[in-house]
Amino acid sequence: MLLIDCPYCGQRPESEFTYGGEAHIARPPDPSALDDAAWTEFLYLRHNPKGPHAERWRHTHGCARFFNAVRDTRTDHFLATYKTGEPKPELPTPEKAR
Amino acid sequence: MPPNKPTFSALSLLRQAFGGHAGWEKQWRSPEPKAAYDAIIVGAGGHGLATAYYLAKEHGLRNIAVLEKGWLGGGNTGRNTTIIRSNYLFDESAAFYDHAVKLWEGLSQELNYNVMFSQRGVLMLAHTVHDIQVFKRHVHANRLNGIDNEWLTAEETKEFCPPISLDSGMRYPVLGAALQRRGGVARHDAVAWGYARGADAMGVDIIQNCEVTGILRDASGAVEGVETSRGTIRARKVGVVAAGHTSTVMAMAGVRMPLESYPLQALVSEPIKPIFPCVVMSNTIHAYISQSDKGELVIGAGTDAYVSYTQRGGLHITTHTLDAICELFPMFRRMRMLRNWGGIVDVTPDRSPIVAKTAVPGLYVNCGWGTGGFKATPGSGHLFAWTMAKDEPHRINAPFTIERFRDGYLIDEAAAAAVAH
Repeated sequence: MLLIDCPYCGQRPESEFTYGGEAHIARPPDPSALDDAAWTEFLYLRHNPKGPHAERWRHTHGCARFFNAVRDTRTDHFLATYKTGEPKPELPTPEKAR
Repeated sequence: MPPNKPTFSALSLLRQAFGGHAGWEKQWRSPEPKAAYDAIIVGAGGHGLATAYYLAKEHGLRNIAVLEKGWLGGGNTGRNTTIIRSNYLFDESAAFYDHAVKLWEGLSQELNYNVMFSQRGVLMLAHTVHDIQVFKRHVHANRLNGIDNEWLTAEETKEFCPPISLDSGMRYPVLGAALQRRGGVARHDAVAWGYARGADAMGVDIIQNCEVTGILRDASGAVEGVETSRGTIRARKVGVVAAGHTSTVMAMAGVRMPLESYPLQALVSEPIKPIFPCVVMSNTIHAYISQSDKGELVIGAGTDAYVSYTQRGGLHITTHTLDAICELFPMFRRMRMLRNWGGIVDVTPDRSPIVAKTAVPGLYVNCGWGTGGFKATPGSGHLFAWTMAKDEPHRINAPFTIERFRDGYLIDEAAAAAVAH
């Protein structure tokens, strides 16, 4: 089980949280202006990286608030957590899997 | 079986038994990669090896390489719970998975290799009124497609699988089940080994410890080969069959995939005497169980929640599944588990696979099998080989394109099953 650092509550076990998918995917401001390719991108295409992944989490069984995290998908090691609305932190790319 | 391999038979087994089974030849070669092939398959799992086998057997291509980062059958082929069934809701899926089941039924003879396909029946348990409605709808839809699937009452379910508890005090009591009698299990390693042996005998080079690090394209954008950890290998046709790593391999050609990769865990118990007669699946409470011929209970869990490539997953996920197993089968409450592990499964938004050409000429992809790809292994290889050989999809896999997400033609087994499956 992962230990997740909620920006509001501190470190809590993963079972208190709900995963919310890739972060920083903004809802299109003018949906009717999108063509099929842009809709596909918004609805279905995800980065699915083998490495640092920006993602949403919700501290469901705690403060119940959403926040974002960067986690290395090769190790499940959390590189950062930050509040919703804040920009994704600039992180040095980890050299290799820890 | 191709003629240049000694065949397995009762006589050959007997003869080898007198020699202490020390006289068996290697079942496939370990060749050095050549500079060029007619076709390259990336990934020597069951699907990739089956693709190579059918390319050689049915389409006359013999100059083929299967490139594998690790060892053959070491990914999800060796990590799944080996459930085979075809009782899917939608016509497209039913046709594809039943094509596979039909190939399973003749596979041991086809390969002259015992894949231990056992049609012991797959029960899918219903625990809620909604489950009952959904499964009955599946039964009717399957019947229209000529696929066997029948509804059992709770008592009939218990009769078919006596270890099941019908205790009405359970959190999710058993209200009935859908049964596909043609469903069952097979020996996962034997499937990979059988296809590897068959493909190798027809001249296919299976190259292990050879990681693809780049996809080469010519001035027109068409594929002309791959870069690997063992040098450049040229080919005008490249088929990517890389399961959880499909996104990373396809990114080498600049193709983005509608996929996310999740850990899926399974575990086995200590071996016990034969006690469990069939396969039981419960999508609602995420428990999948059968007994292997070695006697181990083979138990599958649901996926972990988050994207990951760790082949681990959290212990609370397997604990959750064991909670359900213990409630459904009280006799297993004191069983000890021997091993658990994870595989990385590539999941599409509609939980149906992609077996298709891509926008890049010469680049083909077979992926998105999610949590249920083992059952499709022969059909997947068979149809993907067709697609690569003819540069157009077979009628059965034609709907399973990448473009279906752009065009809105989803094959939404995710909604049909309400979970990944």
